[in-house]
Amino acid sequence: MTTLSTPPPGSTNRTSEQAPPDGSSRRGARSPAHRRGNTGFVLACLLPALVLFAVFMVIPTVNVFRTSLYTWGGFSPDKRFVGLDNFRHLLDDEQFVRAFQNTVALLVVVTVVTMGLGLFLAAIMTRQRLRGRNLYRFVLYIPNVLSVVVIAAIFSAVYDQKNGLLNGTLRLLSLDGLQQVWLGNQKLVLYSVAIAMVWQSLGYYMVLYMAGMSSIPEELYEASALDGACATRQFFAITLPLIWQSLRTTLTFFVMSAVNLSFVLVRAMTGGGPDGSSDVLLNYMYKQAYTNSSYGYGMAIGVVIFAFSFLVSLLVSRATRREPLQF
Amino acid sequence: MTMISSSRPRADRPGTDRPGADRPRTGRALTYALVIALALAIAVPVAWVLLASLKGKSEFFGSPWTLPKGLHLQNYADAFVTAHMGQYFLTSVFVTVLGLVLVLAVSVPAAYVIARYEFRGRRLVEIALLAGLFVNVNYIVVPIFLMLVDWDRALIDVFPGGFFIDNPAVLSLVYAATSIPFTIYLLTAYFRSIPVEYEEAAALDGASRFRIMVQVMLPMARPAVTTVILFDFLAYWNDFIIALTLLPGEGKTLQVGLLNLFTAQKAAADYGRLYAGMVIVIVPVLLLYAFIQRRLIEGIASGGVKG
Repeated sequence: MTTLSTPPPGSTNRTSEQAPPDGSSRRGARSPAHRRGNTGFVLACLLPALVLFAVFMVIPTVNVFRTSLYTWGGFSPDKRFVGLDNFRHLLDDEQFVRAFQNTVALLVVVTVVTMGLGLFLAAIMTRQRLRGRNLYRFVLYIPNVLSVVVIAAIFSAVYDQKNGLLNGTLRLLSLDGLQQVWLGNQKLVLYSVAIAMVWQSLGYYMVLYMAGMSSIPEELYEASALDGACATRQFFAITLPLIWQSLRTTLTFFVMSAVNLSFVLVRAMTGGGPDGSSDVLLNYMYKQAYTNSSYGYGMAIGVVIFAFSFLVSLLVSRATRREPLQF
Repeated sequence: MTMISSSRPRADRPGTDRPGADRPRTGRALTYALVIALALAIAVPVAWVLLASLKGKSEFFGSPWTLPKGLHLQNYADAFVTAHMGQYFLTSVFVTVLGLVLVLAVSVPAAYVIARYEFRGRRLVEIALLAGLFVNVNYIVVPIFLMLVDWDRALIDVFPGGFFIDNPAVLSLVYAATSIPFTIYLLTAYFRSIPVEYEEAAALDGASRFRIMVQVMLPMARPAVTTVILFDFLAYWNDFIIALTLLPGEGKTLQVGLLNLFTAQKAAADYGRLYAGMVIVIVPVLLLYAFIQRRLIEGIASGGVKG
């Protein structure tokens, strides 16, 4: 028993030679413990997790959909069924449309920039023997372990109008004309948020792409180098097609982070301001559900968010489907 | 690429080699410069916060690039005591540890059973949990909050002060519950990769199902368990949306406390205390990251679910 708990990894077929004593074949059963009377054990193992999952995830999710059909303040017992009225109001709600546009804009900008830079960095780190690349990887991944509040606070220090890093540096370089109110300018604020999002997630995607690239066999590059292909051409002809699957997976992550990360960042950094110009979908839902106490209306926004992220993920995944390449 | 072109005699392909001979070198320098610039763009703001936390009040006005004149530790005393960050720190530790204990206690057995036992409805359970991966907590915080308020109202005779809202243990429970899909997903995949022969041998020795799970399988699944603990730790420790909603009273977590400092700073320009508070939040995570970075990065490379 004690020796069994820490077996050497190579010694797996010792017992497979022995026939099971009761003569049952191993094919049908997934495990030797598969006999009658398992139901109790299975239930005991499964139920706590399933109950928690049902109470704190399934029921709230169902509730989002159900209450989107009501007008309800959230706390009052006064609850009225209105069908799809909430959704109809959404179309006329300029703030909502703006939040939607901002979310889509962030999705596009952040995905393009992060993916481009992430692929570039990953290719450099795996293909070129860059000196000190472990240090670079360490540093680039740091933002991913920081909390969103910390990131928001860091960026408010960077963007601070008077004493911020950015404006301070511009002043130091005598470029005073370029100084901006980075978070107070309606035209700029969304880009300021986008930069913070790229800053946060760049290292994560770089590491993901590096994992995909490191499994590409070296011979492919050697062969193409013999044919005179330069590094750029190798990247587009070999690297990109061969990590296509992990690229597709990350596209789904990008959709989710455009919806979620943008919300937590905006909530901590700008609160959606100035005047709603950096509002995103989840933030607007939060505002409606809490501050404005139109709970039913807020949940209708929630349904739109669900549908939006699901549909975009589906579409992106369809549009990027390719025959998987073998190597 | 350089390796290959230098190992070949130049006379071999004079036509292809010469015109590009200079370009790769400048191109290489440019790419290096870009990599270094990106790394600096990340390192500098973080380092700047660490340094700025030591500055006195007057030093925040003027150029941001001056080094602190001395060790102005008063900022830390302010943050820890006046801003209650010390107390919030303890709350965060409690909530995170309890959350991890809870999620492992319910997820390990469930993942094991899903990986190894045939039972009716297994497919359904798997699909439901997989769908749960796509339900981000942020979507459902509000319904969870209202549900807890409802429960409190129903139990008003037993707990007049309320039980579910403003209870750090309940916050841990919500953390644990909402990370169940991710945790079970990773653990199940790992359990499946372990050969069944170990369990067969243990069963032949007469070990009970429970003992097989705890004493044979759990130790072998240690890498997956560590990965899960890392990701869940970061999720719990760094969360502020759920904590903000479920703990509206005095007992806050570190992130919510920091958010308050941050909001207060916008009004009062009290930078020193804010930066000291940030350092208190950053340093534990940064230390942990420095120790386990390899495992963390391997975890992403293999499972890569958390976005």
